[in-house]
Amino acid sequence: MNDTRKRFDIWTNISLLIFVFYILFLAFPLFTMLIKSFYNGTTGDFSLAYFTKFFSKPYYLTALFNSIKVTVCVTALSALIATPLAYLMSTVKIKGNSTIRIMILISSMSAPFIGAYSWILLLGRNGVITQFIKNVFGFTMPDIYGFTGILVVLTLQMVPLIFMYVSGALKNVDQSLMEAAESMGYKGFNKMRKVLLPLITPTLLAGGLLVFMRALADFGTPMLIGEGFKTVPVLIFNEFISEVGGDDGFAAAISVIVVLFATVIFLLQKYVSNRKSFTMSALHPIEAKKKSGIGNIVAHVVIYAYTLIALLPQLYVIYTSFLKTNGRIFVDGYSLQSYIDAFSNIGGVIANTFFLAIVSLVVIILLAILIAYVTVRRRNALTNTLDIFTMFPYIVPGSILGIALLITFNDKPLALSGTALIMIISFVIRRLPYTIRSSAAILHQINGGIEEAAISLGASQMRTFFKITLPMMVAGVVSGAILSWVTIITELSTSIILYTGKTKTVTVAIYTEVIRGNYGVAAALSTILTLITVISLLVFLKLSGQKEVSL
Amino acid sequence: MSLEIKKGEFFTLLGPSGCGKTTLLRMIAGFNSIEGGTISFNERVINQVEPGKRNIGMVFQNYAIFPHLTVKGNIAFGLENRKIPKEQIAAKVDDILKVVQIEQYKDRMPKNLSGGQQQRVALARAIVIRPDVLLMDEPLSNLDAKLRIDMRNAIKDLQREVGITTVYVTHDQEEAMAVSDRIAVMKSGIIQHLGTPQEIYQRPANVFVATFIGRTNIIEGTLTQVEGRYSLQIGSDYAEPVSNIRVPKPQASLKVQISVRPEEFIMTEDQSGIRATIVHSVFLGQNTHYFVDLESGQRNEITQESKTSQILSPGEVIYLKVKTDKINVYDAAGELNYTRSGQL
Repeated sequence: MNDTRKRFDIWTNISLLIFVFYILFLAFPLFTMLIKSFYNGTTGDFSLAYFTKFFSKPYYLTALFNSIKVTVCVTALSALIATPLAYLMSTVKIKGNSTIRIMILISSMSAPFIGAYSWILLLGRNGVITQFIKNVFGFTMPDIYGFTGILVVLTLQMVPLIFMYVSGALKNVDQSLMEAAESMGYKGFNKMRKVLLPLITPTLLAGGLLVFMRALADFGTPMLIGEGFKTVPVLIFNEFISEVGGDDGFAAAISVIVVLFATVIFLLQKYVSNRKSFTMSALHPIEAKKKSGIGNIVAHVVIYAYTLIALLPQLYVIYTSFLKTNGRIFVDGYSLQSYIDAFSNIGGVIANTFFLAIVSLVVIILLAILIAYVTVRRRNALTNTLDIFTMFPYIVPGSILGIALLITFNDKPLALSGTALIMIISFVIRRLPYTIRSSAAILHQINGGIEEAAISLGASQMRTFFKITLPMMVAGVVSGAILSWVTIITELSTSIILYTGKTKTVTVAIYTEVIRGNYGVAAALSTILTLITVISLLVFLKLSGQKEVSL
Repeated sequence: MSLEIKKGEFFTLLGPSGCGKTTLLRMIAGFNSIEGGTISFNERVINQVEPGKRNIGMVFQNYAIFPHLTVKGNIAFGLENRKIPKEQIAAKVDDILKVVQIEQYKDRMPKNLSGGQQQRVALARAIVIRPDVLLMDEPLSNLDAKLRIDMRNAIKDLQREVGITTVYVTHDQEEAMAVSDRIAVMKSGIIQHLGTPQEIYQRPANVFVATFIGRTNIIEGTLTQVEGRYSLQIGSDYAEPVSNIRVPKPQASLKVQISVRPEEFIMTEDQSGIRATIVHSVFLGQNTHYFVDLESGQRNEITQESKTSQILSPGEVIYLKVKTDKINVYDAAGELNYTRSGQL
């Protein structure tokens, strides 16, 4: 009896502590933002003026429409490209299969705006490819700026996400389902449409939601390549940051609208996917078979071509980092000057990035393990609420969370703005879900009886957790942590709002250098960032013995 | 190998895992290519016919129920591809739902069905298209013991009712005996014995079949022949004349392997026969199983109808004879059955 009470206390206390953390650093800031959007900034009276302003001016409505257009198109196009790609990779034996998978993964791991600025260097007005075509063929390419550019950049960025989701789903499709369809006379396209596609639909919906939210929240890409084509995140950022004419309250109001919109989409997706959900597990998964003839060649060409295009921006950035620069422009010849500049002027950002990312990661791992444990093993009203809190980062764009944190913790007693702590808090909240999800997933697979066995042998609750449960969870925790890590070091939308000179990260530095036109230094920093990302992934793959990272 | 399956027959491929029975079934279905030889339905060679055109119904080991379709959707799936009017499809589906007794679940999703119900859906889906051949690949292996017995009876009843030619794959010999008209016992891709369940149990073609089907004891012995009459010698003190033996190349004395099923031993009251010592006993109600050691040290299992008297206790010595009309006598290699099959 005594033991049960004690166990109840420990885990309840842990749940409560985490709950307070979320209330303080997520619910409270969002609530503050909501309040702010309903009160006039100067007079302090209740007012709907901000919302009236937003919905009455075409300028703002256009931005909203633009955002929706970009988001819907990116999501649809990503699914359209990623699904056949995943199907090809799962059914046809491709030479260098696992290398290709890693390269596709890497292509999604950089900050989207780096892709944007690299595509400007390639296809922009003075882009290498644009110039080449102009000089050789004598005609001007349609330019990349605006909607097209955002669509290209974000789609290339998002395809790998859906690709990995669908690849995972295809692994769970039993070969016998395909054979059953064949034996009933379905083949080719009909078999895809009637059997395979419905089977991966729940996965497509899940992956689609992730892409939708990311595309909706992305701020760097439209900022760089959008030019006149403004989206809502750009609008919010400008309202909030600009020294003159900006208005925190208005930025808050737009944020509220975006969060509401995202919430509706999120709930809609949950509703639809709950109705369509089923579980699959394959005794005999679909195997990649060696094909011959035209089909084989086409499959190889398609996959290699896609991989090349996806990696092209990063490869080109790496290439330009070794070019000689004169002031802001690249000149003939090669040099390491960009790297020397990168280290001498802003070398501190690398140390900053590592410090912030490592501290955040430690907190994330700790919290994720505890949250996963209480939400999986100790289901009650408190932990259920906690579970819902952890999903918030999906629907709250990074820049909005940044603004909410900043307006909430700008004054005493909790004046956190400008500190490293506020950066760490934002990283933790935004990147926790990856590690929680993978930890919870592995915990679901661990039979609860194992813990009961340890307890029946006389181990205490805590001893059981640390000696039995935790060691069995490690693989899951690590695979999520690597994603948290990579997404922290490439994070832009929150840090751009929260950073100060002392807490500037590599990603923010790249962004500011790109904005200033210091492409050489930006390229050098990007290369360093890419290197860190790739090494992290390779170390992870080596350590875990896996061939790919599952999302 | 060459074999012919009759129309309407329930034919079973039986063998240990890895014996090639599933491969053979998948060749019939068209999922594995046929490297040599031909498979024909009636007169039609189907080697090059694609699976969808063979008009087969297949029940998969894991059922392969489409998880995104309802019970009705799953069963109608094969019909929808055949340009049959909607009303007819609905009628056919309703009929088959009644036959397999899952009408009440027709609008459910597969995840809300028990294993036995899923099994019935898989069965209904396979037979609703009126296939020429119904193929079943270990359809009961994922069910628990009791359900397995219920389902195998249901399958047999259904097959009899619909009159569909069926090829059934299993590694469970009891299941095979229960459902089949004929069984092919396979090992390493070769058919060891082809026959009715009764033939296979009572006159197994070789020692492998004898041990694979049911339980048996393999005892070494000597077959002696005097003036055309055979006598079987087991151990030093026991010999019994046997009449139903035919040896291709008769010799005065032959080393043989004898298959004696547990129920083919008789305990003698006088002290004649094979001397054996009780090791332990298992009381199973109708029968009592004794594990005994022969003088050679070999452990044997014998079954006796349970008596009201005391069960023999470990260490007691008993004397055994065999039922000569039932036992099987093989050559020394265990490949050839000397017992005449006519003499059942």
